[in-house]
Amino acid sequence: MRKTADVVVIGGGSIGCSVAYNLAKKGFKNIVLLEEKYLTSGSTGRCGAGIRQMWGTEMNCLISRGSAEIFKVLGEETGYGDIEFRQSGYLLTTYDSVQTERLRKNLEIQHKLGINSHMITPKEAKEMVPFVNADGMDAAFFCQEDGHINPFKTTLAFAKGAEDLGVEINRYTKVTAIKSEGRKITSVVTDKGEIATDTVVNAVGPWAKYIGKMLGLSHPVEPERHQILVTEPLEGMMGPMVMSFAHDSYIQQVPHGGFIMGYGNPNEPKRINFNHGWDFLEEMAKKAVFQLPVLKDVRVVRQWAGHYGISPDGQPILGPIPEFDGYYLALGCGKGFMLSPMIGKLIAEKMAGEQTSLPIESLSIERFAKGELIVETGVV
Amino acid sequence: MNKKDIYLCRCENFTLEDLHNLLDSGITSMEEIKRISRCTMGPCQGKTCKELIAKEVAAYLKKDISTVDLPTYRAPIKPVKLGEIAGGDKNA
Ligand SMILES: Cc1cc2nc3c(=O)[nH]c(=O)nc-3n(C[C@H](O)[C@H](O)[C@H](O)COP(=O)(O)OP(=O)(O)OC[C@H]3O[C@@H](n4cnc5c(N)ncnc54)[C@H](O)[C@@H]3O)c2cc1C
Repeated sequence: MRKTADVVVIGGGSIGCSVAYNLAKKGFKNIVLLEEKYLTSGSTGRCGAGIRQMWGTEMNCLISRGSAEIFKVLGEETGYGDIEFRQSGYLLTTYDSVQTERLRKNLEIQHKLGINSHMITPKEAKEMVPFVNADGMDAAFFCQEDGHINPFKTTLAFAKGAEDLGVEINRYTKVTAIKSEGRKITSVVTDKGEIATDTVVNAVGPWAKYIGKMLGLSHPVEPERHQILVTEPLEGMMGPMVMSFAHDSYIQQVPHGGFIMGYGNPNEPKRINFNHGWDFLEEMAKKAVFQLPVLKDVRVVRQWAGHYGISPDGQPILGPIPEFDGYYLALGCGKGFMLSPMIGKLIAEKMAGEQTSLPIESLSIERFAKGELIVETGVV
Repeated sequence: MNKKDIYLCRCENFTLEDLHNLLDSGITSMEEIKRISRCTMGPCQGKTCKELIAKEVAAYLKKDISTVDLPTYRAPIKPVKLGEIAGGDKNA
């Protein structure tokens, strides 16, 4: 492991790897990435890996749209190969008119930004996914450019791109302390040794607050457990991701053939908790069999749990902080995987002192102290 | 026997040659190997192949098998139908 670094990126998920890759592309030298376990071991390797542009704030629409453009070329650009990006659409279904009205309003924002999403009738939804249960369905929303990617391959593509440009990636290396003098960071301490550096990027997702504590800071990010399962593989039969706002759940058939599906329980105590339980399996099975009755004969082969790093408004926290120089937050907060390409790019631009390609000031951590929280209504 | 004819994980068609290709490319974490190749993730959930693959990883790295980062077994262990889990005759 290197003894000194110009930049230390903490976290080997999609965001940390994207940040490291983008910094290297910008010309930063001597970058070290530290990951406590293996790459993708955090939320990234556990996520549903759905990619969508149908959001309710301009910022989320723009970051996810920009990210989709990068996902299209990432495999080739890094020489990694296919990352299995399939733009097979998202089908958002609603079972009551209040939900419908909320999502219809979001369409106005999306259309202003050129996102090709539309409201469709339950009958049209059935034409798209013939076995979807349209009983009681109020409306549906569809965007063809939304879809799904392989989260492992995507992260490893960022990592390969970074390593080919000289980034050192250290797996099974845990950050245990950060040293500072006044406003300056001086080093990062790990269980494998110390690295002198004046610049650190916190990209540890749901663990964000633990890194903050090392500097005496309290980052308002809490780990919220989300469980998920996968079934045995079947012939390809469902294109779009089916996301129901009434069930707070998503169901997607991935290229391998398995159906992945999940939901989170926001009322659980917030903590790191990788346990997965029978109650989730039962509840999810009910939601799935209601929405897509044909799935009743499909077997579940595996279930697991991961976390959303939840901020007070559920939105990303990006950029520098007021208390220290050379310390940056790159936290996706809940939908970080689909935003990871643009988050990496924006953070690298910011750190290079450039004008960022999107104005990220509104995503600064300072918004919480000022009470300028962001309202996003398009979440599950 | 040729390495490409030796199947380590039969559910996901993962051969000794596939494993050596990954190891040769510098990917030596078994957790990462699983996630790239899908080995141990099929219907048997690694019950027949996990130890076998770990042994080959250890042999390649010339390390003890206890140093290999072995993926965990995940519930439900045996495949179960969604309709059976959801309960009720009409869903069964
Ligand atoms: C079930 C589920 C479904 C989801 N579905 C979607 C979806 O469909 N679409 C979407 O965009 N997002 C989804 N998400 C959210 C998404 O997974 C995350 O927002 C995203 O992966 C965050 O990436 P990250 O790189 O910030 O964090 P992570 O992937 O969590 O990476 C952080 C890394 O930091 C490491 N780390 C922590 N502490 C230390 C330390 N002290 N030293 C060194 N390393 C450390 C961890 O080991 C971890 O690997 C889902 C999440 C879950 C759990």
